[in-house]
Amino acid sequence: MLHIKCPHCGLRSQNEFSYGGDAAVKRPELNKEVSDQDWDNFVYLRKSPAGKHLELWQHISGCRQWIKVERDTLTHEIFKTLKASEEA
Amino acid sequence: MQKYSVFSLIKNAFKDHKKWEVAWKDPTPKSEYDVIIIGGGGHGLATAYYLAKEHNITKVAIIEKGWIGGGNVGRNTTIIRSNYMHDENGLFSEFGMDLWRNMSQDLNFNVMFSPRGIINLAHSDAQMNVYSRRGNSMRLNGIDAVLLNREEVRKIIPMADFSENVRFPIFGGLMQPSAGTARHDAVAWGYARQADSMGVDIIQNCEVTGFDVSNGKILGIRTSKGAIKAKKIGLCVAGSTNILAEKLNMTLPIETHLLQACVSEPIKPILDNVVTFGAGHFYCSQSDKGEMVMGGDLDGYNSYAQRGNLPTLQHVLTEGIAMFPFLSKLKMLRTWGGIMDMSMDGSPIIDKTHIDGLYLNCGWCYGGFKATPASGWTFAHTIAQDRPHELNAGYSLNRFSTGHLIDEKGLGTKTWIS
Repeated sequence: MLHIKCPHCGLRSQNEFSYGGDAAVKRPELNKEVSDQDWDNFVYLRKSPAGKHLELWQHISGCRQWIKVERDTLTHEIFKTLKASEEA
Repeated sequence: MQKYSVFSLIKNAFKDHKKWEVAWKDPTPKSEYDVIIIGGGGHGLATAYYLAKEHNITKVAIIEKGWIGGGNVGRNTTIIRSNYMHDENGLFSEFGMDLWRNMSQDLNFNVMFSPRGIINLAHSDAQMNVYSRRGNSMRLNGIDAVLLNREEVRKIIPMADFSENVRFPIFGGLMQPSAGTARHDAVAWGYARQADSMGVDIIQNCEVTGFDVSNGKILGIRTSKGAIKAKKIGLCVAGSTNILAEKLNMTLPIETHLLQACVSEPIKPILDNVVTFGAGHFYCSQSDKGEMVMGGDLDGYNSYAQRGNLPTLQHVLTEGIAMFPFLSKLKMLRTWGGIMDMSMDGSPIIDKTHIDGLYLNCGWCYGGFKATPASGWTFAHTIAQDRPHELNAGYSLNRFSTGHLIDEKGLGTKTWIS
């Protein structure tokens, strides 16, 4: 069982959260020239590292806020959690 | 190579079974090969076997970080099926079914292929319509499919929950009678033994640490046992695909996730088929030893851990008990996890890459085991001929950017949702 420290609510069990995937991918900006490769990078291509991974989670059964979690994909150790608006 | 038969069994019995030949050798790597396959799992072993058998390419090495049978080929739930709706998946898997049917004879190794049939349960009228459409698509591709109503399902699996006031009543199901199971270890061992006998070097406990690429061409690999040259290299490493892709500066439409499975204590024969729950993600069969073999959802977040977490197991078994209430009386014998190369449309990739001489086989998601022979056969063709076979032409790497996705389940790119 993972224990995730929600920056808004404190330490809670994994059961209260839902996963949102890689937080490092950035949506191409609108109103700008966006190449097919940029869309490809955003929609499909993932680094999926073995080790530190910055990811989005939603505290769906709590405050319902999206948060960022930096977690090790080999050991499941959680290094830090941030509000969605904060930069890692 | 010593042929396995009842006569060799009797002959060796007189020698107290101490004189059997080793099934495959333990060679030191040579400095150069025609083809190197990275990954000694089922797919890698099958690829080497078909390179030798179908294309007469025998100067081949398989480089395996761990040991033969230690990865996903020994961690799956042994299900074999071709019940897909899309042409690419259906025709590819049905080609594989023919290879499965002859595998024991072909490899001279009993893989215990058991075409016991798979039933996907439906729990609503809408789901019956969806299954009827899928069944018709399968039959158009020459794959056997039978739509069963509630009473027909009850005759086959009377121990399922057929009571009236359950949350997900059984409306019927879609059955592929020719689907089934096989002994997963035997598949790995059978391919390894035959590949070895045809001259393939199986190099275990050897980790790939880097690649030598020059002017867009692959020249060789660096390993924990030294550098090895080859003009053609096939990547066939399932859950470790992203790790090796990073060494090649490639970013792939693949995310690595953890999938758990478990077996109960052995019980007397009760379940003849493979059965899947239609209102969630749970599947179940009974092994020849009597254990109930069960699996379901991914753990739900990127992982390379090869061991699972309790919430998902609990969720999956809750679905299992909803389908087969008797499971609640059983003790769990073992649980384990394996890491899956989840592709962004749920279908695999067997293709060339932008690096000349580098070939990619990945993205098998939940369905790698059943694809073992067809994957090996088509990957061997792709490597030997330097172009995909028509069976794997749809499994291209660039289909994501061109929009030719093969999204069997319509899940989109959230690979952890099932």
